[in-house]
Amino acid sequence: MIWNEEIECMSSSEMRKLQSERLKELVNKVYQNVEFYRKKMDEKGVRPSDIRSIDDISKLPFTNKTDLRDNYPFGLFAAPMKEIVRIHASSGTTGKPTTVGYTKKDIENWQEVLARCLIMSGVTPEDIVQVSFGYGLFTGGLGIHYGAENVGCTVVPISAGNTRRQLQLMSDFGSTVLACTPSYALHLADAMSEFGYSLSDMKLKTGVFGAEPFSENMRLELEKKWGIKAFDIYGLSEIMGPGVANDCEFHDGLHIHEDHFFPEVVDPKTKEPLPDGQQGELVFTTLTKEGIPLLRYNTHDLTTLNRERCECGRTLVRMKKITGRSDDMLIIRGVNLFPSQIEQVLLEMRETSAHYMLYVDRENNLDILELKVELDETKMVDTIKDLMSLSRKIEHSLHSALGLSVKVTLVEPKSIPRSEGKAVRVIDNRKI
Amino acid sequence: MKIRQLSVFVENKTGHLNQILAVLARNNINIIALTLADSIDFGLLRMLVSDAEKAAEALRTENFTVRIHEVLSLELEGVPGSLSRVLNHFSDNGIAIEYIYAFSFGSKSILVMRPDNTEKAIEIIQKYQLKPIYESDLKAQL
Repeated sequence: MIWNEEIECMSSSEMRKLQSERLKELVNKVYQNVEFYRKKMDEKGVRPSDIRSIDDISKLPFTNKTDLRDNYPFGLFAAPMKEIVRIHASSGTTGKPTTVGYTKKDIENWQEVLARCLIMSGVTPEDIVQVSFGYGLFTGGLGIHYGAENVGCTVVPISAGNTRRQLQLMSDFGSTVLACTPSYALHLADAMSEFGYSLSDMKLKTGVFGAEPFSENMRLELEKKWGIKAFDIYGLSEIMGPGVANDCEFHDGLHIHEDHFFPEVVDPKTKEPLPDGQQGELVFTTLTKEGIPLLRYNTHDLTTLNRERCECGRTLVRMKKITGRSDDMLIIRGVNLFPSQIEQVLLEMRETSAHYMLYVDRENNLDILELKVELDETKMVDTIKDLMSLSRKIEHSLHSALGLSVKVTLVEPKSIPRSEGKAVRVIDNRKI
Repeated sequence: MKIRQLSVFVENKTGHLNQILAVLARNNINIIALTLADSIDFGLLRMLVSDAEKAAEALRTENFTVRIHEVLSLELEGVPGSLSRVLNHFSDNGIAIEYIYAFSFGSKSILVMRPDNTEKAIEIIQKYQLKPIYESDLKAQL
């Protein structure tokens, strides 16, 4: 089934016409309402009137995560606050989060694209959807929630965590769809026997997994472990949240809702647009966003675009499953993490040196973080108690700054290798 | 009664303690007393040595984390119950002991301890005329 056949199967010429109209309107709007874009466009010598079709998009300036930070919290909003009905936030590169705002229309559009994604994943109004993405500032929980309600599903807003209760309600309610991070879905599958459940207790038939990259192998493993059909839902809060793209039953790339989110792939070095099929950084322009429209926002996710018609009948452009990033951002249990955030916390605490190494691993399918940080000699104490409280104190600060649990291990000065050139701060041992 | 103690941070790695001891050996430092506290994450080596400053400097040069702390030292009578009697004075006066160790030096039984309140502990030592040990006492026989 297709939720919005008119759009999802639109001919490419009609789609480009629609995108062109929307882009012109968007550029006019941000030029008038957002000082940041007016300045950037003036600097580049681009007038809104220079944008006559979607082909002119490469004349526009790029936007980066740092621009959101520099204009924290609401500087890039294009709508007055009285029209903003919701705020979400994700972690920024340093201390301050990246905030996004939605108007009523934005929320409606979000529900629309999510409904398309869910239908693409074979979800129907009869389904009971267990939303095990986190609810709150994170876009995952509430995003899927409203999308599933839009389809007409029965939504179980259980949020993330509490494995025992997840399994209990899944069994008692007969949830047919599970929406969560792929690693948590694996964890839940493996935890079933521990809590006395087996697949025969469950009615699950579909998994909608996202918020962290996962390989095709992991998708197949999830299908096998749960006896379900598993789908990859892609998104990021800056652009909308989950629902920017989703794979269909043919699993040959994720269909991007390009009538709302116009994708480009650019060369990571030169930032020049690349032809379809060539791998580069994925860049989005939010064609319809009112709250915080973004021009050519660089996601730093690496992918390729494919405009061939899909077997499912949709004409929406497809992006290859994300396999990596062009920056050092990590995704830990669905939470974005930049090593620079850790450095910031250590520098602010002044309790240790800022020499650290972050080890990322996966135990029982859950991401775990260990931070080795060099002890500062002036902080050396003569009791175990005080040394332990130092590491607990760092753990506490990291947890409040990052929203992630990190095990802190103190190590001797100069024991962390100094690298020549770009510092290696992260050792990621996860297999995804 | 205040003597200098080295506290060295020891990572939980095979052979690590021995590397520390090798540095001391190379620098001709004698260890008078030694105790190693262990935890899940790391160890903490406490030592009385023949030359605290020189030992600390040598360890620092080899990138070990070391600090000199002052601790209290007393001589104990070599009879049953003597340590208990000493500690009664402290606990009766509300002083807690963070850590404690003892060793024999020649014919003497020596106690090293770190109270939670050093100044108050010194008052107790003076009030009850407990027998203090000074660094010079530990050098006499070297």
